[in-house]
Amino acid sequence: MTTLTRGPQAPALAAPVSPSRGRRRGWVTIGLFLLPALVLFLLLVVAPILIALYASVFKWNGFGGLPKNFIGLDNFTRLFGTEVFRDDVWHLVVLVVLSVVVQLPISLGIAMLLNQRIRGRTVYRLVFFAPYVLSEVITGVLFSLILSPGAGVANRILGVVGLNSDWLADPDTVMLSLFLVMTWKYFGFHMMIYLAGRQNIPDELIEAAQIDGGTPRQVFWHVTLPLLGPTIRISVFLSVIYTIQLFDLVWILTQGGPSHSSETMAVTMLEFGFKRSQAGYASAISVVMFALSLVFALAYQRFVMRRDLEGATTRMGDHR
Amino acid sequence: MRRPTLPLHAIAWIVGAFILIPVIYALLGGFKSTAQLSTNPFGLPDPWVPSNYTDVLADGPFWRQLWNSTFIALASTVLVVALSALAAFVFARFAFRGRELLFTLFTMGLMFPFAVAILPIFVLLRTFGLLDSPLGVILTQGAFGLPLTILILRGFFRSIPGEIEEAAILDGCTAFGFFWRILLPMARPALATVSVLAIVGSWNNFMLPLVVFSDESGWTLPLGIQQFQGQYSSDTARILAYLVLAMVPALGFYAIAERHLIGGLTAGATKG
Repeated sequence: MTTLTRGPQAPALAAPVSPSRGRRRGWVTIGLFLLPALVLFLLLVVAPILIALYASVFKWNGFGGLPKNFIGLDNFTRLFGTEVFRDDVWHLVVLVVLSVVVQLPISLGIAMLLNQRIRGRTVYRLVFFAPYVLSEVITGVLFSLILSPGAGVANRILGVVGLNSDWLADPDTVMLSLFLVMTWKYFGFHMMIYLAGRQNIPDELIEAAQIDGGTPRQVFWHVTLPLLGPTIRISVFLSVIYTIQLFDLVWILTQGGPSHSSETMAVTMLEFGFKRSQAGYASAISVVMFALSLVFALAYQRFVMRRDLEGATTRMGDHR
Repeated sequence: MRRPTLPLHAIAWIVGAFILIPVIYALLGGFKSTAQLSTNPFGLPDPWVPSNYTDVLADGPFWRQLWNSTFIALASTVLVVALSALAAFVFARFAFRGRELLFTLFTMGLMFPFAVAILPIFVLLRTFGLLDSPLGVILTQGAFGLPLTILILRGFFRSIPGEIEEAAILDGCTAFGFFWRILLPMARPALATVSVLAIVGSWNNFMLPLVVFSDESGWTLPLGIQQFQGQYSSDTARILAYLVLAMVPALGFYAIAERHLIGGLTAGATKG
């Protein structure tokens, strides 16, 4: 096989000069190896997204082949006019802000703590990450029992200090309760990412700062935190992308209630797409979710994460 | 210079309690009757009531859901790892026109929220007659697992020195022979990592089986748990027992595969 490249660093189009027969056989191999993945991907990932884009400008109940009743952007104008959708957007903002301002700093703090040489840190790590492997359904059902209004066990504990609440059943507390459950399940994931990021920082840098007389606080703020920048930016990115499509936990815990006060876009979409057979309208919601993710991802990579790629080499040089 | 670690331990203990108390509550609660659960929510069960657990274990649905979850997870994993390994091999070791474009197409898949596609997927699966069939879930999970799996495997395949490949080809190995007999065995750690990620993803998936299966016989564990909660809504202790039993396989798997899982997640996060 003369078209095989020489090694990992071979440039993309530097196929070595080769007799045309060998070349053709190379293409056959490439085709055969690539085709199964490509077909599956086009059929079940790309096509559905194109169908959602297409269906979003039709009035369609989801049956009888492709939709035919073209209504332009009516689904979108209707969607943007509803209070439920505006609430969805608001809930997204609330959860993203809470995640970035509360959940991620806590995860970072705990990661820094478990980076110290304290006894049993392996066990702590294992335990803190464990909720991540439990399914959203297990988590959701467990907490819907614990947080049940009235005689739920959370009220029994917090009732001692007079902190009774209806938790998920009260529109005023439902978002905080949801966020509490999300934190229980996901902070360990972000903690692991931060731990991995921290371990990629050469210890010499931290030690040098310590020898120069930096207090632990100064070393953290001026050395560790800036060097963790790329890791933090990625964890924020993952958190936002996840929140845009948040579904499972909400569906199990509240079904979006009480009276839409914890509903997310994905919940609204399933509600209309499957329960009310308004597939065109539901597709419009899908398209909004898609556009949000895409715009966010592109903007984030353009304006926030690009520094990481550009600065990667020069920054190393600065510290040498 | 050692700072006292007591405050650090105190914080770790508080966080640990926050994580563990719900799980311990479920574990012990499963051994109480629901009446006991409301009079004695915190203490040890008195008397211990094993019937919640034994009833669930003696019932058909739990085992059927366990089997469905296992079968779908294993089949999805075999599918996605096989297809991704082939594709990642081409992306890592061949130079051809359009390679980066195709690779970008796959990695773009990382940004597509699955929820966006769920409705059209439902329509497509209905058209193909794959509703209420495990195959509908397996194929879809396989397709959505491709981007991350290809990304991780390509990175690993690239790190294997070209000299090994040249030696194999000089010895008369075909491209497939090199892939099958040399590359895959060398890539075992990476294959383990992506397999673990695929298994956990499939095991916990809820939205897809929710729309695919209307018939109870195909339900996976998450669907079964949700339904069980609805059916026994007044019998909290019994639901807790079901939850705990459903946690056992996931936590057991975590205990075995923790290294691969965490390694894969952090690699996927930092390279993706």
